[in-house]
Amino acid sequence: MQSTTVDLNAKIPNNVGLADDPKLLRALEKWLPRYLEWWHDMGPTDFEDKPVFLRTAVSVSTDGWAHYDHVRMPDYRWGIFLNPREEESEIRCGDDAGKPAWHEIPGEHRNALRRIIVTQADTEPASVEQQRMLGHMAPSLYDLRNLFQVNVEEGRHLWAMVYLLHKYFGRDGRDEADELLERRSGDVDKPRILGAFNQPCDHWLSFFAFTMFTDRDGKYQLAALAQSGFDPLARTTEFMLTEEAHHLFVGETGLDRIIKRSAELEQIDPNGDIRNQGGIDFDLIQRTINYWFTYSLDLFGGEISSNAADFFAAGLKGRYREDRLDEHRALGQEYRLNVVDGGKLTERDVPLRNAMNEVLRDSYVKDCERALRKWNRTLEAAGSKTRLTLPSRRFHRHQGIYTDHFFNPEGQLITADQWEANKHRWVLTPADNDYLLSIMKPVYEPGKFANWIAAPTRGIDGQPLDFEYVKLHD
Amino acid sequence: MLRMAVSFFAGMDSADTNDNEFVVEFDTDPSRYRHWRVSYDGPVAHLEMCVDPDGGMKPGYELKLNSYDLGVDIELADVVRRMRFEHPEVRTVMVTSGTDNVFCAGANIHMLASSTHAWKVNFCKFTNETRCELEDADAYSRQVYLCGANGTCAGGGYELALACREIYLQDDGSSAVSLPEVPLLGVLPGTGGLTRLVDKRKIRRDRADVFSTTAEGIRGKKAVKWRLVDGIYPRSRFMEKLRARAATVAAETAEGLGDGERVGIKLGSLDPVMEGSTRTYRYVELSWDDEARTANLTIKGPSAEDVALLGEGAAALHRAGDQLWALRAFRELDDALLYLRFNLHAIGLCLVRAVGDAATILAHDEALWALRDGWLGNEVLRHMARVLRRFDLSSRSFFALGDAGTAFAGCLLELALASDRFYLLDDPDHPVQTGLSVFNEGTMPMTHGLSRVQAHLHGEPELLEALAGRRGLLDPEESDDAGLVTVLLDDIDWEDDIRVAIEERASLSPDALTGMEANLRFPGAENEHSKIFARLSAWQNWIFIRPNATGGQGALSLYGKPERPTFDWKRV
Repeated sequence: MQSTTVDLNAKIPNNVGLADDPKLLRALEKWLPRYLEWWHDMGPTDFEDKPVFLRTAVSVSTDGWAHYDHVRMPDYRWGIFLNPREEESEIRCGDDAGKPAWHEIPGEHRNALRRIIVTQADTEPASVEQQRMLGHMAPSLYDLRNLFQVNVEEGRHLWAMVYLLHKYFGRDGRDEADELLERRSGDVDKPRILGAFNQPCDHWLSFFAFTMFTDRDGKYQLAALAQSGFDPLARTTEFMLTEEAHHLFVGETGLDRIIKRSAELEQIDPNGDIRNQGGIDFDLIQRTINYWFTYSLDLFGGEISSNAADFFAAGLKGRYREDRLDEHRALGQEYRLNVVDGGKLTERDVPLRNAMNEVLRDSYVKDCERALRKWNRTLEAAGSKTRLTLPSRRFHRHQGIYTDHFFNPEGQLITADQWEANKHRWVLTPADNDYLLSIMKPVYEPGKFANWIAAPTRGIDGQPLDFEYVKLHD
Repeated sequence: MLRMAVSFFAGMDSADTNDNEFVVEFDTDPSRYRHWRVSYDGPVAHLEMCVDPDGGMKPGYELKLNSYDLGVDIELADVVRRMRFEHPEVRTVMVTSGTDNVFCAGANIHMLASSTHAWKVNFCKFTNETRCELEDADAYSRQVYLCGANGTCAGGGYELALACREIYLQDDGSSAVSLPEVPLLGVLPGTGGLTRLVDKRKIRRDRADVFSTTAEGIRGKKAVKWRLVDGIYPRSRFMEKLRARAATVAAETAEGLGDGERVGIKLGSLDPVMEGSTRTYRYVELSWDDEARTANLTIKGPSAEDVALLGEGAAALHRAGDQLWALRAFRELDDALLYLRFNLHAIGLCLVRAVGDAATILAHDEALWALRDGWLGNEVLRHMARVLRRFDLSSRSFFALGDAGTAFAGCLLELALASDRFYLLDDPDHPVQTGLSVFNEGTMPMTHGLSRVQAHLHGEPELLEALAGRRGLLDPEESDDAGLVTVLLDDIDWEDDIRVAIEERASLSPDALTGMEANLRFPGAENEHSKIFARLSAWQNWIFIRPNATGGQGALSLYGKPERPTFDWKRV
């Protein structure tokens, strides 16, 4: 036992005093083999013996969080880090705003915090499962490496959440940590908790859209939790945000490169027919945006939510950048919401606290709009007349107050028949997936890129584009 | 799942509906159901809860996530009753949800928070009676309810599950059974407490404590281990497994029933006539005087023809169907009692009269008893017993008035024994008789299992002994000597004494009377069902009225609002 303990501490880079925490060590000892087994079963298994140029966080210092080297994925050192804080932490929102933050779980919030953490944690392994086959159709070694980087970091984020469950939630926490390895994305019997994480991610267009839109929900959830009065949660999620930024980069630039390439192919083809050139046409890109943006909107939860109000009031979850706001109680204020009433869209004021999910969704939508503007500048620069748009937040929803109604992408109420007649123009169809799969053949030669995507502007960690980011032939 | 279990509440304003001006009727039938789907496949029926969010009984709330209000429960009670009378071929009823991802979120919180205290109390009592009816069907009609919780099952939803004989939960990593009331709402769990948890399912009390304070509930294997459910089925095979279990239980339940075909009878509407302050049925009349806060409830006994019909045997019983006196009169009585409870809030005293011929009633009872082995005869008897229990549990003062023309005999003597007092006229010019039949010997037990005669003479074993096996007519003096009568009055005293008794009763505190009557009506040992109602009255109704639940800062009042509750921490 002793030797395993020592090994474990050496294996897991951390700044949480793991070596001196026998309770935590014991819990992780049991969990680690099960995690590796899960990674082997559900991760990018077919590539697990290939060295990948990965970034590993080995400490929280400036030079420690981004350590690059070729590593086989099962040997990746999944670490546990809390962002350091200089000053004494405070509860940042709700009824107790300004009081000292909790360093242990307050009993009255234990169940709510566990739920929050488990829900967040469940998304991490889910995305690895969704993406496990994508390596077989990677458009380049550069992209293949990015996929695996995202995968191992989602794995690390699971570790970060499991650390909290093991450290602060006793036996229940250990049980929940085990169940995180039992649920499976898209499984009819043991699905992942949230809808978007059970949607298939069959090809690289969906992968980029997923990392662009769905991981961006993750960013906003983490940012809201980074405002939590439960200090270990706040500091853990703060550190996760640094890694999440890379995932968003992969998604946003990946789509940007596809858009750029499609615009080039549009110019090349005498009829402007992108598909004729083996590329991805803009209608299909728009349908992908529509699909993943709206599934990701669902992840924020109900527009009017008593849970959201409770979490805010209790100081468990704040707004985006709560610490930069002037007022942290959010009482006596209202939020104006579009609701469907009697078959018509009208406005209604709801208490601000109950609308906290919507407030966070606002920050998210704004961020997505920024990315759309960037892509449209790419289109403009490439001489294309096409412009991409973000659909209304009411369109194609499966959670919240718009669920049982039909809207067009502009957000106008339509009938079920109108929806049926047009949905193939608005969201991804099976035919779209068939086409995308037909063009997505792997490109494994260093420096080469698939025809449907442009090369990035630069490589990783100062390496050239033709660097062997994944050594497939060792 | 916590998110789901509670979010239905959000987004509604808490306008306090004036329940006093809202008239509730209990008559419904399958063509009018908004919240349930029932299908039949030989001995197995499938009852699906699919609550229409816009189908709330009162304005101001949406019935999201299969949460229920009185309207939903009225339909459920109708389903359970019709299952026994109209579908006697059914041995097993699978109860599942027809709404995605949730079995039942329990009573609609916003409906509770916006209802008057009286409404909450009446609602909880009725829902408990319905759950008892479901258990009664298992115990006496061999109709076994199996709960298939194909989604989260919270609060009153779990109470509905608990009322079923077996509970199967979908094992999908998120569906849970839970009683989140204490942590989320600051009230007692279920639809009236925790009796079924510890008494029926015999869940260890310390685990019940943990379970009842864990808002998100318990799922999967742990729910089985703690005996909160009987089994878990994977989502993809849930209905297949549940159907298989239902078929097995149906076969076991049918053992020894014989192969005779059972064809149900239809239960038609009662169609009472409302005229001013009078509600008239064929055999029952309810009238009231708002100013005197008094009602009159009169039930007409059976006729000689009714008795003759019974003498023709089971086939005649079947032919008469819902027109049979014993069924029709007691359905009417049931409806009148519910009308009194829900719509006549200020009526504190109800004067009960049974009119007819005592000898005919006794003959009726004997003839009906002779048909008890047929399924319909059994159902009619069980139904009468349930209505009498509704009477026992109604929080109104009842005085049975045995004046000229009355005949408190046999099944109708039970009304006098169920009343808080029984005044009997002793006037040779207007002889009034009472009478004892088999129905006074424990075949129509009270909620706590005793016969009304036993409860009545709890402290007088000699009198009880003397009555054992005694059947037949009693004149007023004999009735008094037997210990059945509260006050025997001659014709000179009658009018004045009754007037004074009524006026005195009507002047006393209604709360004190409700408590006093509930204490006095059930002497002797408790059982599971009597505990349910006792706990409901004593604890839930107390908690409902406390500021920690329903005050301006109370948990129930603030649930779903942006503010958090503030408790008065003093233990009482």
